[in-house]
Amino acid sequence: MKKAKTSQKNTQINDALKQSFAKLSPKAQVKNPVMLVVYIGAILTTAMYICSLAGIKDESPAYTLVIALILWFTALFANFAEAIAESRGRAQANSLRGARKDVKAKKLKSAADAGNYTEVLSSALKKDDLVYVAAGEQIPMDGEVVEGAASVDESAITGESAPVIRESGGDRSAVTGGTVLVSDWLIIRITAEAGESFLDKMIAMVEGASRKKTPNEIALQILLVTLTIIFLVVTATLLPFTAFSSRLAGSGAAISVTNIVALLVCLAPTTIGALLSSIGIAGMSRLNRANVLAMSGRAIEAAGDVDVLLLDKTGTITLGNRQASEFIPVTGVSEEDLADAAQLSSIADETAEGRSIAVLAKQRFGIRGRDMENLNARFIEFTAKTRMSGIDYTSVHDGEQRVNEIRKGAADAVKNYVLQKGGLYPDECDAAVRRVAGLGGTPLVVEKNDRVLGVIYLKDIVKNGVKERFEDLRKMGIRTVMITGDNPMTAAAIAAEAGVDDFLAEATPEGKLTLIRDYQAKGHLVAMTGDGTNDAPALAQADVAVAMNSGTQAAKEAGNMVDLDSSPTKLIDIVRIGKQLLMTRGALTTFSVTNDVAKYFAIIPVLFFGIFPQLAALNFMRLGSAKSAILSAIIYNALIIVALIPLALRGVKYRELPAGKMLSRNLTVYGLGGLVSPFIAIKAIDLILTLCGVK
Amino acid sequence: MSFIILQDAFFIAVLAALSVPLGLYIYKVMDGRRVFLSRVLAPVEKAVYRVCSVRPGEEMRPRKYALSVVAFSAAGFLFLFLLQLLQGFLPLNPEGLKSVSWHLAFNTAASFVSNTNWQAYAGESTMTYLTQALGLTVQNFVSAATGIAVLFVLIRGFAMKQAETVGSFWADLTRVTLYVLIPLSIVSSVLLISQGVVQTLSPYHAAASLQDGARLTVPLGPAASQIAIKQLGTNGGGFFGANSAFPLENPTPFSNFIETLSLLIIPAALCVTFGKAVKDGRQGRSVYAVMLILFIASLIVITVSERFLAPHFGSVAAFGNMEGKEVMNGVGASSLWGASTTAASNGAVNATPDSFTPLGGMVMMFLMQLGEIVFGGVGSGLYGMIAFVMLTVFIAGLMVGRTPEYLGKKIEPFDMKMVCLLILAPPLLTLIGAAAAALMPGAQNWLNNTGAHGFSEILYAFTSMANNNGSAFAGFDANTAFTNITGGVVMLLVRFIPILATIFLAGNLARKKTVAAGEGTLSTSNATFVGLLLGVILIIGALSFLPSLALGPIADFLTH
Repeated sequence: MKKAKTSQKNTQINDALKQSFAKLSPKAQVKNPVMLVVYIGAILTTAMYICSLAGIKDESPAYTLVIALILWFTALFANFAEAIAESRGRAQANSLRGARKDVKAKKLKSAADAGNYTEVLSSALKKDDLVYVAAGEQIPMDGEVVEGAASVDESAITGESAPVIRESGGDRSAVTGGTVLVSDWLIIRITAEAGESFLDKMIAMVEGASRKKTPNEIALQILLVTLTIIFLVVTATLLPFTAFSSRLAGSGAAISVTNIVALLVCLAPTTIGALLSSIGIAGMSRLNRANVLAMSGRAIEAAGDVDVLLLDKTGTITLGNRQASEFIPVTGVSEEDLADAAQLSSIADETAEGRSIAVLAKQRFGIRGRDMENLNARFIEFTAKTRMSGIDYTSVHDGEQRVNEIRKGAADAVKNYVLQKGGLYPDECDAAVRRVAGLGGTPLVVEKNDRVLGVIYLKDIVKNGVKERFEDLRKMGIRTVMITGDNPMTAAAIAAEAGVDDFLAEATPEGKLTLIRDYQAKGHLVAMTGDGTNDAPALAQADVAVAMNSGTQAAKEAGNMVDLDSSPTKLIDIVRIGKQLLMTRGALTTFSVTNDVAKYFAIIPVLFFGIFPQLAALNFMRLGSAKSAILSAIIYNALIIVALIPLALRGVKYRELPAGKMLSRNLTVYGLGGLVSPFIAIKAIDLILTLCGVK
Repeated sequence: MSFIILQDAFFIAVLAALSVPLGLYIYKVMDGRRVFLSRVLAPVEKAVYRVCSVRPGEEMRPRKYALSVVAFSAAGFLFLFLLQLLQGFLPLNPEGLKSVSWHLAFNTAASFVSNTNWQAYAGESTMTYLTQALGLTVQNFVSAATGIAVLFVLIRGFAMKQAETVGSFWADLTRVTLYVLIPLSIVSSVLLISQGVVQTLSPYHAAASLQDGARLTVPLGPAASQIAIKQLGTNGGGFFGANSAFPLENPTPFSNFIETLSLLIIPAALCVTFGKAVKDGRQGRSVYAVMLILFIASLIVITVSERFLAPHFGSVAAFGNMEGKEVMNGVGASSLWGASTTAASNGAVNATPDSFTPLGGMVMMFLMQLGEIVFGGVGSGLYGMIAFVMLTVFIAGLMVGRTPEYLGKKIEPFDMKMVCLLILAPPLLTLIGAAAAALMPGAQNWLNNTGAHGFSEILYAFTSMANNNGSAFAGFDANTAFTNITGGVVMLLVRFIPILATIFLAGNLARKKTVAAGEGTLSTSNATFVGLLLGVILIIGALSFLPSLALGPIADFLTH
């Protein structure tokens, strides 16, 4: 396994090396204005080397050649940085392409007659065609399940090997082309044609083929071009300036064009210029590795800006399942009786909540399973209408057979049920219900034969560590808002326990939409996760909208990212990746610009030495000679690109800190570091060059 | 030395104290509110609108505002150009001065319309009273008012949300002139006249020299009124050739104090206006702090250099480098003026910059080369500084993991383009202008000096023109067709490229929504940011000019 990984890495590097040369074509170079300057400089110095062989020269041929070579390497290093970032995506795309092979699809005339089909190639399928897929077959194209339910292996896309259920109607009806049916059968209505499928989009995204520069990248590019223009003029005007000064001073000569080109290249922001696109690609690929697919690079940047997170309570803030934690009997009923009735009514209840009631009853009173045969039990399932479940059974009292019924369910439902049947609903029970709700729990009222026994306290378990997580987010200025269908009282209690900033109780799709609009009107950027079709409007409104892969087609289309894992906590990771991407850009820009200070101190004193020997006083780096100083600076300039590739790919270290602290930290590392490190490195290179005999 | 320190500290304290009420007053003027002068001036304002048939409430889109600025300036340029060409035939010419050569007229018109006031001539022997009063003085007012109006547009861009318009240029121009520049000028003129600055239309006065009875001509004219606005409006064009080193332009220590204070008072006050208008005084304060820090640091270096780093003057003068300085002012007041006039894009002088020590001269040059943003020109200094703030925010904002925003406005590609134009124009034009001059075959003959100091003279001249400062190093023969034309073009470009960039930047900002600030937002008003902004300004300045400074003043300094 390890070997396979290394060899994969090797092919990636080989691939990237080949690409670095391919990218030397003018067409590729024009896309990056800063590196274009290096490219032109390399061509120019190469031409000057050739001229110098013919005797037309301003520096010795060997020196010009060395400068030209270093410039070519600088250009190659930049290409390599981009290629290596792309190669990861390309590897992923290749494996995805494997899933996109053409298969024979069974095209149906109508959904009613599954037996009557014609075989066509999946690429020939049109929108709204109906196809039949049986177990073991591959789903030919993206679609929506019209009929049937089946388990589907989606590992080709998500990497998750456990199959998932896909069925008609509801929020689990979307299927993706390239995935495989494990059991049963489905009739699918095709929703995408060849070339536009989810898999096609995914391949294009990971490969970076459809990668467009994001607005922030363009703005940064403008800044870099501006700096380059300044340096172009600064270095170009040195030619007349030094010519004029040498005439005025009566000594020295104008500096050579070779040196001007070298000076320009080492002053231009080549470090960030070379790494800019790889930072963007690497950010995208970090997101892919988190199993999130962004529909545009813009969405990742927006994620960095997000300052309000709408989080679904269930699964994100609380564990998915509520657990019974207490039996609260009314006066005249013992706790054990209540537990007994509760357990009896929950035996057949396979939900996690039902099971947790049985578990609690066993823990507290040792009540175990019983002989159902003798009880003639009939279970009443929970429905959305009755909002109750329970059991009818017979028991023998004083030799007489009696039919008993137990119901448990939402307080108001049970209350109505009891009152309707002429029973009493004690105030005491109301009080207990309110108390449980106030604690953030869900109260279930239990009645037996029209008599209220008491309340089961179902507790929502807040996940470990979320409170600290939200605390961190708050420090970064991100507000968390909990979305829940619970009533406001319950919601408030959980919100307090989890430490979210705000909550939306009894949430409806319209409620979510309004909430998002309100935040946006106040100038906030909102991120949310959603899966159902009814989430689509809110997803479309949110600035960063993550649709779950398990969700409906409508949700996926409304969102600007798809989470292949369908994990509700993913949003927090996405924000982190977005911020890290922007921080890496800022840090490397700062580093690149502050580097120039040292380069100036290295080069300028020795450059004008011939005209004004007194300037040697500024040469406190004590560099060997003008040649070795310039060579050291441009060698440093080329090597620093390679040295920073890992940082560009990995992203700068990220911590959840307030903006002020984060700025000071990054300024110290990349600003101060950028100021100091080239002094040391250039001096070291100069020492080596001087030792090698460069004068 | 302790007197110099006291004098500087007193100056800065007075400046800081006066800038706050003036800044708040200017805010009211900008917003069109009533001020205490409204009782007198509101009817005048109405009359101006009626005569010019201007609708003061008109809301202009950025394009229309920009067009108005350009059209107004072009008209002013043409008028001033023709006035100089025809002055020989026009009245108010008691000395019978001739018309000006076409290239000098072009240069002077460009210079005054662009608020540079570079003077390739001596006023008393070139310009008639009519040209001075109707041409130059008028431009002193309106070019200053134009700069402030453009700043107002930018401030509105930050303050407004999802708006399409940015105010009315005609109303801004009128209100700034009427409520700010004219009243301040009147106060200043009266103070100056009380000190003995001349204000007359009578011909030049003939007198006999005290020394040997030789006949002298004492130039006169309506000077005080022009000097007041020349200082206040960061214009700097002296009434007389020797500018404020001439006794009739700057006769007493008090007049010198008033004139120095007027150099900086409006640019300083505008920082306060800015903070008030964006409803966050701290934002104005941090920008003000950056300007003050750079100013004080420069002042210290210049003063120390003039006082102590002129060893070859040690045996001549007891108090440092007195060459080219007025004895009344001495090293202290000359250094203070030198720092102020180059910090503000004023360019008036009370001593000869050419005779400053190499380091002193270099700091003055560097203050200009920063793009005239340390106080800078009225209005233009602050919008230039805001461009640097936005640049800093852009880099720093990324480092905290958000796409950058300033005062709630996201900085996007178009904004960045405009910001870069604002920052790019001055250094590029400085370097290209100086390089063009260095390439001219006869360039050596224009200079007073040879060696590094000679190069400094050329560099200083184009630094001054390409930053709309206008001060002259002296020693550089400015009145040639080449320098007049290149200089004129450079001054116009460096004035109007940033003006257009600012207006369109403002228009784009005004259209945006405002993003709410939170813990994750980069603070643009704390000490870290002030330090960072200082760093960015100094690094950009140093990266642009270190090589040419090394060939000029740095080599000069190391040679002596």
